[in-house]
Amino acid sequence: MNNKTLNMLDAGQNARVIQVKGKGPSRRRLLEMGMLPGVGLSVTKKAPLGDPVDFKLKGYNLSLRKQEAQMVVVEVTGGVK
Amino acid sequence: MAEKIKVAVAGNPNVGKTTIFNALTGARQKIGNWPGVTVEKKEGTKKHKGHVLEIVDLPGTYSLSAYSADEVVARDYIIDEKPDVVVQVLDSTNLERNLYLTSQLLEMGTNLVLALNMSDRAEMRGDDIDIPRLESLLGVSAIKTVANEGGGIEALLDSIVSKTESNPPKPHEIGYGKTVEEKICALEDILGNDTELTKHYPARWMAVKLLEGDENVLSKLSSSNIEGKVQNYLSGFDNEEYEVEMADKRYEFIGALLPQVCTTCAEDVSPSDMVDKVVTNKYLGIPIFLSLMWGMFELTFALGTPFMGLIGKFFGWLGGAVAANIESAWLASLLGDGIIAGVCSVLLFVPNIFILFFAIALLENSGYMARAAFIMDKLMYKMGLQGKSFIPMLMGFGCSVPAIMATRTLEDEKDRLITMLVTPFMSCGARLPVYILLAGTFFGREAGSVIFGLYVLGILVAILSAKLFRTFIAKGQPSPFIMELPPYTRPSLVNSLLYMWNQGYLYLKKVGTVIIGGVMLVWVLAYFPQGVEYGSAESLIGSLGQLIEPLVAPLGFDWKIAVALIFGVVAKEIVVGSLGTLYGTGGGESLSPALLADPSFSPAIALGLMVFTLLYVPCFGAVAVIKKETGSWKWMFFQAAYSTAVAWVLALVTVLVANLVL
Repeated sequence: MNNKTLNMLDAGQNARVIQVKGKGPSRRRLLEMGMLPGVGLSVTKKAPLGDPVDFKLKGYNLSLRKQEAQMVVVEVTGGVK
Repeated sequence: MAEKIKVAVAGNPNVGKTTIFNALTGARQKIGNWPGVTVEKKEGTKKHKGHVLEIVDLPGTYSLSAYSADEVVARDYIIDEKPDVVVQVLDSTNLERNLYLTSQLLEMGTNLVLALNMSDRAEMRGDDIDIPRLESLLGVSAIKTVANEGGGIEALLDSIVSKTESNPPKPHEIGYGKTVEEKICALEDILGNDTELTKHYPARWMAVKLLEGDENVLSKLSSSNIEGKVQNYLSGFDNEEYEVEMADKRYEFIGALLPQVCTTCAEDVSPSDMVDKVVTNKYLGIPIFLSLMWGMFELTFALGTPFMGLIGKFFGWLGGAVAANIESAWLASLLGDGIIAGVCSVLLFVPNIFILFFAIALLENSGYMARAAFIMDKLMYKMGLQGKSFIPMLMGFGCSVPAIMATRTLEDEKDRLITMLVTPFMSCGARLPVYILLAGTFFGREAGSVIFGLYVLGILVAILSAKLFRTFIAKGQPSPFIMELPPYTRPSLVNSLLYMWNQGYLYLKKVGTVIIGGVMLVWVLAYFPQGVEYGSAESLIGSLGQLIEPLVAPLGFDWKIAVALIFGVVAKEIVVGSLGTLYGTGGGESLSPALLADPSFSPAIALGLMVFTLLYVPCFGAVAVIKKETGSWKWMFFQAAYSTAVAWVLALVTVLVANLVL
């Protein structure tokens, strides 16, 4: 299986969202921000202390703490490690 | 008679909404609060072609669900006040996500004008947005704007006015697919039984929100007899299942729309990403952050000092003139020692505070503030806070009052409570006069380092207290971190100046009332009983000081310091004013030699006093705002007692250590 959660990716990797797990407002917010199944994204950078992580999706930058990134199941589609 | 048009300005955060609002209204703004909640409300008016536009700036939101107080405010305003026109400001370089809010505004049946802001950037990138097509597909008006250069503002005003003359649109319906639509229909049927309710809120919109599990909408049903039925219906299935579907359909709607109106919408590596490669770099990010903070404070002092000299000279001259020309001794004393000295001690620092607010505005408007939250989050998280708490805490360097109000951007109640309780430890501008006086007097060339050290101490105490509160009071995890890093922009001068003025004005208002009142009270207590030497141990204030002297004696503070500290509770800058009054020198520059000449003062005591001033109970204004924002006396008293205890202990340690070292 090539499925991972977002927090497992490294800067420069590309991925496609498969599922957003979890419940409640955080999940709704992720969905509203465009983190939806089928959406492609890339990891742009990690904060100097390693967390949060910044992603590029739908043409803008969204930062998530690794804990929130864990809610998003993705398949890696390429990019440099 | 001119026709009034009610206009609401909505939009995502960081799309130039404030710039558009400022460009529309100019400087005629009224800052207040939204009723019932503590979200800042900005209003302004504009005359345009015989119409009077009453423009309200709604809080920046990504969506109109009830994720945060901001969103509830924006949504309720649109629903309850029914503005004639809603202007949504969009970032033209990021239409897809911005249109999500548009889709929700359309669902609410608003009369919508889109301001496609930053259109210059989009064009530079090669995007070509087909405005007429966008207008006809959505049934809205759309205008390209470049707000920070004033581009498109006239056209936007024209469009707002002409929009009111056309027929109101019918709510736009987004198809949510068969299963969801069935549920929406069923809910609409139930809601239809309460005509009072559906007169106020569109039934379909409510049905959609209820399906999304929106508790705020559910609470609107509480007085209706259909609440039970709705609850009953909703409990029949797990609505979280539909969340994905509904968000997905909205984006699908946008996805179908976009290719028809925008030919390119390129997604290269943006210039912001290039900048971030340096600014949030693993090795450079933190040093850059620290240098920016340090630079901001250096700038504040470097630019502020010449102004301080001028203000000091002016009041010195004024005091001299009063003393020379007024015969009545008590009146001359009231004016000279009391009012002029007091006003001077406070106004002296207005330039610094304005410059600091200006610098904060620049950081905020440029997009750096979000990076600061990004960089600081992990550290803040470890301390039981989150990156976003960092922003109010940073504002705390200016003034605790707006900073505590800024905690409203935190969605989580516990995050917010902790941030409010620790923000006063961030050394505000009002404490600066005390440092400038004492560090300047006793530490000469090292004054800058001493002051920097105090700021660092404040931060450390704030962070450790947060950790403590998270462990014992507001237990649990900090809230999720889901934040946009907006593109960098050149900060607009007008915006930054307006921000500086609005915040600085709040400070001045405080000066005009509370602080001058406090200074006059000090004068009364220092002058009476009649006949005693001004501010001497025999005066009322002297007796008061001696009464509490034992409490601060372990710190090496004498009664004069005790008195100054009591009055510092009114507002911390009064510590300087009262010292000036007590030493009979007035404000300004003659206080330093008087302090140096006093044998009961020493560099160690000066340090201790600065530490105490930094940490003890915040000023009336801040305390009052904590009461207002937490809605509880308990937290207000807790904060006051806690901070004073911390101040006492740390000041004692400081004095003891300094006596050994210095």
